[in-house]
Amino acid sequence: MSLAVVKSDPLANRLASSDHVTAGWTAPARAEALARLTAMGLPGRRDEYWRYTRPDALNAAMPLPAMDFRSDEVPVFDAVDRLRIVFIDGVFSEADSDPLDVAGIRVERLADVQGADIHWAQDLYGTLEAKGQHPVARPFAALATATATDGVLIHVTGRALRPVSLIYRHNAATSDAVLHHVIRLDPGAALTLLENGPGAARFTTLMEVDVGEGAAFHHIRAQGRDRDRHAATHLFARVAAAALFKSFTLTVNGRLTRNEAVIDLLGDGGVAHIAGAALGDGAFMHDDTVFMTHDAVGCESRQVFKKVLRNGAVGVFQGKILVKQGAQKTDGYQISQSLLLDEDSQFLAKPELEIYADDVACSHGSTSGAIDETALYYLRSRGVPRKEAVDLLVLSFVAEALAEIADDDLREDIADRLRGWLARRA
Amino acid sequence: MLEINNLHVELEGDAKPILKGVSLSIGAGTVHAIMGPNGSGKSTMSYVLSGRDGYRVTEGTATLQGEDLLAMDPEQRAAAGLFLAFQYPVEIPGVGNMTFLRTALNAQRKTRGEPEVSAGEFLKLIRDKAKSLKIDAEMLKRPVNVGFSGGEKKRNEILQMAVLEPKMCILDETDSGLDVDAMKLVADGVNALRDQGRSFLVITHYQRLLDHIAPDVVHIMADGRIVKTGGPDLALEVENNGYADILAEVKG
Repeated sequence: MSLAVVKSDPLANRLASSDHVTAGWTAPARAEALARLTAMGLPGRRDEYWRYTRPDALNAAMPLPAMDFRSDEVPVFDAVDRLRIVFIDGVFSEADSDPLDVAGIRVERLADVQGADIHWAQDLYGTLEAKGQHPVARPFAALATATATDGVLIHVTGRALRPVSLIYRHNAATSDAVLHHVIRLDPGAALTLLENGPGAARFTTLMEVDVGEGAAFHHIRAQGRDRDRHAATHLFARVAAAALFKSFTLTVNGRLTRNEAVIDLLGDGGVAHIAGAALGDGAFMHDDTVFMTHDAVGCESRQVFKKVLRNGAVGVFQGKILVKQGAQKTDGYQISQSLLLDEDSQFLAKPELEIYADDVACSHGSTSGAIDETALYYLRSRGVPRKEAVDLLVLSFVAEALAEIADDDLREDIADRLRGWLARRA
Repeated sequence: MLEINNLHVELEGDAKPILKGVSLSIGAGTVHAIMGPNGSGKSTMSYVLSGRDGYRVTEGTATLQGEDLLAMDPEQRAAAGLFLAFQYPVEIPGVGNMTFLRTALNAQRKTRGEPEVSAGEFLKLIRDKAKSLKIDAEMLKRPVNVGFSGGEKKRNEILQMAVLEPKMCILDETDSGLDVDAMKLVADGVNALRDQGRSFLVITHYQRLLDHIAPDVVHIMADGRIVKTGGPDLALEVENNGYADILAEVKG
């Protein structure tokens, strides 16, 4: 496919730098995604879900440069026994990755198997994304389906003994990477998926996850700390009966981060939790946009988002719970909170509930506040210096989100990152 | 130990005086009690001494072992040996009780130029102290005061006192909200800490706490001043006759 570069057409400009895959089993899905993207166009400020977050840097033909973050710290998840799959600026690095053969799971690279016939992946690739485009358009998700250069396909048939760890390194100052992952958990299967690193100067990702009946999917992510990086990530999941889906994201630094999640609870008794802790200092724009759909009986969903903001950092939360007709006994919970460490920072929240069943319990709350002076006084009266006391209260503030990480060691690992971030600040 | 001289205090941004010239001298190893009706300024005094924001000292001094308390930050006062057991201990979700206490102890030690206590040493220390206050391991692991009953919160205050080993302990209505058994437990905890080098200022409405923590000196506070000082009998007088008689006597 060749796209004529028309200077006045931002979408054509945005797509011009991508090599378009026109052969193999993903080709039809890519063509459809491109048609969807062309029809919806790139987002603008008039789009309801882009009012708080300016998409300019994501729309631009070329990424803005971003230096990689250097630190002496041990990388997150380093102590975890895991299957490591490394991408550098979006390009798979065989030298840094482990062999992809693991008992209980099949891991393949999208770039390797474009020509092969993989039915389960073919059924998923672009499918959840396409479905998740309504009622809210998600242009960068369509872009990821259309133009992804690589990604992983993970098919979990049993209980994966080790977590799969996607490591996204960033070296080149103006790299622009697009990855698309497809994950299928068979009934009763279990997988812990770890993701960390900035990925690229501009990083667009899409992950489609199909959680089969009674399966359990744990996702823990630490987004890269490169100050000037831009990221648009998408997580589309469908959760079958009695299945468990859990996702936690830690974001520290980054010029712009838009994390979208579209989760459908399709089988009775399914559980979906999505949580995030974001810490921003200065030029930091962090946006969580979540769409949780209850389309079965007796499902439980939780959205827990905490943002700590200072020096003009901005946090956005747009979270929806849709309870469809017949989704009785739904238990939906949503909380989005910000801790503003000064008066320059901003938190913009748009919680939404839309309920068409009559026997449901849904609650949502959103708050914005400063450090609790009484608690600060209490800690200081015990001898804890002001700075340390504030740090403890920040950890206290994000604790509810961290508690969503089921594994103790992984939770502690993430908490260490938070402490590190705080310790680096005066 | 603690010397308060002619202390005048008002709320910040409100010129209304709350303390109107409090003078108090607490010697090493003694237990003083302050009683008084609601609104007399008892709690304000404890806040001002421990350094809470929102109050303005307009006149007077307060020193701890000769050091000017009012010039110090709250954490410096703590390191200097002052401890306030709160009337309403604060809940801090997500911060473990042990983490909190170890952070506090080591911060104080650091300020005083003493070596930090290792995790192992601390564990041993806190287990010993917790046992006598009937605080179990589970309560130590829980977030600070979260989901604690009224009695547990007060016992936790005394545990902090036992671990931090302050020289001057102020107990702000530690008996409020406690049943008889819980009060006994708290009082035992306090009594176990009494020694020649440690002083106490016990703020209370009622004489009953003083049945368990026997004071050397009892003060009556009213309208921002100490209006009467006496021995333990003074607390009994209040218990029997209320504050009205004493206040009338002072005014008369």
